[in-house]
Amino acid sequence: MSTTAVPQQVSEQTMPESWDGFVAGPWVDHVDVRDFIQRNYSPYTGDASFLAGPTARTTAMWDRLAVMFPVERAKGVYDIDATTPSTITSHAPGYIAQDDEVIVGLQTDAPLKRAIMPNGGYRMVLNSLQTYGYEADPVVTEIFTKYRKTHNDGVFDVYPPAVRAARSSHIITGLPDAYGRGRIIGDYRRVALYGVDALIAAKKLERAELDLERSVENVIRDREELAEQVRALGELKAMAASYGYDISGPATTGREAVQWLYFGYLAAVKEQNGAAMSLGRTSTFLDVFLQRDLEAGTLTEEQAQEIIDDFVIKLRIVRFLRTPEYDELFSGDPTWVTESIGGMGEDGRPLVTRTSFRYLQTLYNLGPAPEPNMTVFWSDALPQGFKDYCAQVSIDTSAVQYESDDLIRGSWGDDAAIACCVSPMRVGKQMQFFGARVNLAKTLLYAINGGRDEVSGKQVAPVSAPVAGDVLDYDDVMAKFDGLMDWLAQTYVDALNCVHYMHDKYAYERIEMALHDRTVLRTMACGIAGLSVVADSLSAIRYATVRPVRDENGLVTEYEIEGDFPTFGNDDDRVDDIAVGLVRTFMEKVRRFPTYRDAVHTQSVLTITSNVVYGKATGSTPDGRLKGQPFAPGANPMNGRDTHGMLASGLSVAKLPYAAAQDGISLTSSVVPSGLGRTREEQVRNLVGLLDAYTLSEGYHMNVNVLNRETLLDAMEHPENYPQLTIRVSGYAVNFVRLTREQQLDVLSRTFHGAV
Amino acid sequence: MSTVTDERQPGAPVVALGMPLVGGSHERAHGHGTAGLESVEAGRSARLAAVRAGDLGSVHSWELVTAVDGPGTRLTVFLSGCPLRCLYCHNPDTMEMRRGTDVAADELLARIARYRGVFRATGGGLTISGGEPLMQPAFVRRLLRGAKAMGVHTTIDTSGYLGAHLSDEMLDDVDLVLLDVKSGDPATYRRVTGRDLQPTLDFGRRLAARGTEIWVRFVLVPGLTDDEANVDAVADHVATLSSVARVEVLPFHQMGRDKWAELGLTYELEDTQPPTPELVERVRGQFRSRGLTTF
Repeated sequence: MSTTAVPQQVSEQTMPESWDGFVAGPWVDHVDVRDFIQRNYSPYTGDASFLAGPTARTTAMWDRLAVMFPVERAKGVYDIDATTPSTITSHAPGYIAQDDEVIVGLQTDAPLKRAIMPNGGYRMVLNSLQTYGYEADPVVTEIFTKYRKTHNDGVFDVYPPAVRAARSSHIITGLPDAYGRGRIIGDYRRVALYGVDALIAAKKLERAELDLERSVENVIRDREELAEQVRALGELKAMAASYGYDISGPATTGREAVQWLYFGYLAAVKEQNGAAMSLGRTSTFLDVFLQRDLEAGTLTEEQAQEIIDDFVIKLRIVRFLRTPEYDELFSGDPTWVTESIGGMGEDGRPLVTRTSFRYLQTLYNLGPAPEPNMTVFWSDALPQGFKDYCAQVSIDTSAVQYESDDLIRGSWGDDAAIACCVSPMRVGKQMQFFGARVNLAKTLLYAINGGRDEVSGKQVAPVSAPVAGDVLDYDDVMAKFDGLMDWLAQTYVDALNCVHYMHDKYAYERIEMALHDRTVLRTMACGIAGLSVVADSLSAIRYATVRPVRDENGLVTEYEIEGDFPTFGNDDDRVDDIAVGLVRTFMEKVRRFPTYRDAVHTQSVLTITSNVVYGKATGSTPDGRLKGQPFAPGANPMNGRDTHGMLASGLSVAKLPYAAAQDGISLTSSVVPSGLGRTREEQVRNLVGLLDAYTLSEGYHMNVNVLNRETLLDAMEHPENYPQLTIRVSGYAVNFVRLTREQQLDVLSRTFHGAV
Repeated sequence: MSTVTDERQPGAPVVALGMPLVGGSHERAHGHGTAGLESVEAGRSARLAAVRAGDLGSVHSWELVTAVDGPGTRLTVFLSGCPLRCLYCHNPDTMEMRRGTDVAADELLARIARYRGVFRATGGGLTISGGEPLMQPAFVRRLLRGAKAMGVHTTIDTSGYLGAHLSDEMLDDVDLVLLDVKSGDPATYRRVTGRDLQPTLDFGRRLAARGTEIWVRFVLVPGLTDDEANVDAVADHVATLSSVARVEVLPFHQMGRDKWAELGLTYELEDTQPPTPELVERVRGQFRSRGLTTF
């Protein structure tokens, strides 16, 4: 682990006043936030009874925004500043209600007003402006089309034909080649703990080290990046100054710590329109500052909660300008301000503090919301009071996701955080090259069709022998599929290397990387979509009889299936082993190809909401899924084929080996409250038990939807959004969206009168 | 063997008395319900021997469920075959043993072993349901003994009609009984199930005398089981059973309707509506007024 020297050597006696009361350690001499946390935090093992509700000020502040949201939803955006390319210092200070704000700072000069960030790609900006009826500024357009090259331009200068073909036929989709890659977490805590001047001084020392090395390509690149980082830190200080704050030194109070940290994050979201702009793991860090004030009697619980509430309000209104095509991939205008909460320390103490509770409490004080993306690092060893509170919040809001603390800590230590949904990384020491994902189901169809696309008929992959005969043979199909995956892995890594070379060159994350160590671990985060479709398809070929149906050009476009076959999601090893094999095989193939900046190859089984788009672009598959039908999201079993209960479904997913999918394996589960128990206590106890059981079975991630009446009503109106909502009555499980309207109403009337 | 049912006859199909309580036909319908469990195909005589020894049972399906079939998250095994023909049955496909899949006890025990960690983490265990599990007492005995040997919490879900088939020795391996008391008035009970009430009453008393924990279930069907006196009779009986920990009033629903049609059976409750919330509350109140914890 590399550490970075801070110039002033301070001993405990000469620590700056702002560090009064903190236990000194290596963190005093080097940037080492983890060491600071470990020496200074107070684990909290009690229950939620200490928490405070919202103040009148908080409620009024949120209400001001709440009236703006319907306008934004109707129009798509509330407002856009179309003329000012966003930088850390581009916009004058913005406020919701200046005199009443506890934590200040907006991306532009007004709330919900979106900025343009052209470095990722100017076409994206133009499309977005056009979509929402804004005129592009001619000067800006001239700059970014005539004088200033963008990331998007760079990538298309270097893509080889194979990548272009794979991209346009949707076998590789969602590449961050026209927008910001995101999934980088600046260690925003450093701003609060050290102040910006110390961080600049540390970066200058790193530069001095680099100046001693010979000027070869990678050293030159590192020097230029460091120069940009130092510049960005200066801009961060200037931006804070425009709000009346001098953040050159450490924060002195809990409120300042939150404010300093938020300024760091704000600089990042003013500079980058990344696919996911995650916050990190901040609650226990901030708790040290808040706890110091509480113990000194200068802060009350109500005030501490108010600071966190105001901070979360700011995080909830982070906005980016995006195109409808982007929204199709990632629907719901997400920003993935992911905050990782809880988990256990390497020394066995829980990393749960009162502020971990306070973050979750915002879901009550401000009402449920998808952002910030509250992510609990779950371990069965967590304190009971915290586990119970998490389960309760899940039941009430469905707004919490869970990741396996044991798996993450085992690989990345106890100061890791999630970027986006499931991607873990050591904060400030690791970043990833976001790789979106390949369509594994389409790859199988290419194997069957000798490299031709099953929808367009075009030869996309190199010519190979298509399947012959009337019945698909498992060994034959597997051999062909294996060859196709070789081609796909090579093409995929090629594409990602091009993307990230150009992103570093034209849209470098200056402030986020300034809040990292000089030497970072980079991962090349590959991904696969359609895992359960492929597993079921191969199971059908193996255990049932699958006959290919060819069109007039000899292209296999449909499949006739005779007989039963085991399906993924029933804890049935016959098919689950196929899925495990697929994950391992594709990971091994990807690892054979060298990566840009020697990034470590990783892989995720995650689709976010793009499973629908992937399905749309994919022909019928041998598992009986018809052309255009959606895939299951992430690693989920296919809709309606997991018939043995929520946990059995999860246990199939839990078999996927984390070692071959270190960028995360996503499972989304939905349950009705009555499916968890008769009483509130029983529901909490049972959800805690399910999470314990899933993580102890080496499950990696679980989205828990505990659906209320409103959700079920919504599911009746928009069944496409709830493909796997299963409701259970004793001895009987049904897929909610498959029920007739009458039956759905029946369920509604029964479930919500507490009368199952 | 055969179960004599006239499937065209309205009302509860009648099962010939004196039918053997183990066995079944070789013409089995396979479904996805037993996915993950190896099915067994054996010759007729070998099969009968295995069934008598409890090595083999007729299984409808299995499921990992939370909060419905006992505490925690449970492996619920639905066995095929039932002596009752409840008008409101929502799983009529479990009524006949011949529709099940032959599964070896060892196969199920292996799955129970696999879920020990899940049971520990959730405070759950094994629930044997049906159908009527006590149609296959030898098989049930094997499962209960095997589960207990692994330290797993055990539950059986039964109407109690065949309670006599559960020996004291077997009861030593049962932690909880989900006892369906389908009516309190003998005539109503017969109308609902086609059978006598008395064995269920006797079984409940036997459990209470032993101190075996009971969760009572009562399915509330408007126009069939909702008569105040009928409910009072159930509640009076249940109130005398000292080991009853809770009563669950289950409102009738129509989600089994399609299954009746698929099986070609005549379904008498085609037009019956689920009970109103007020009715459900009235019935729960009848139980609660006797000091029973009721949901």
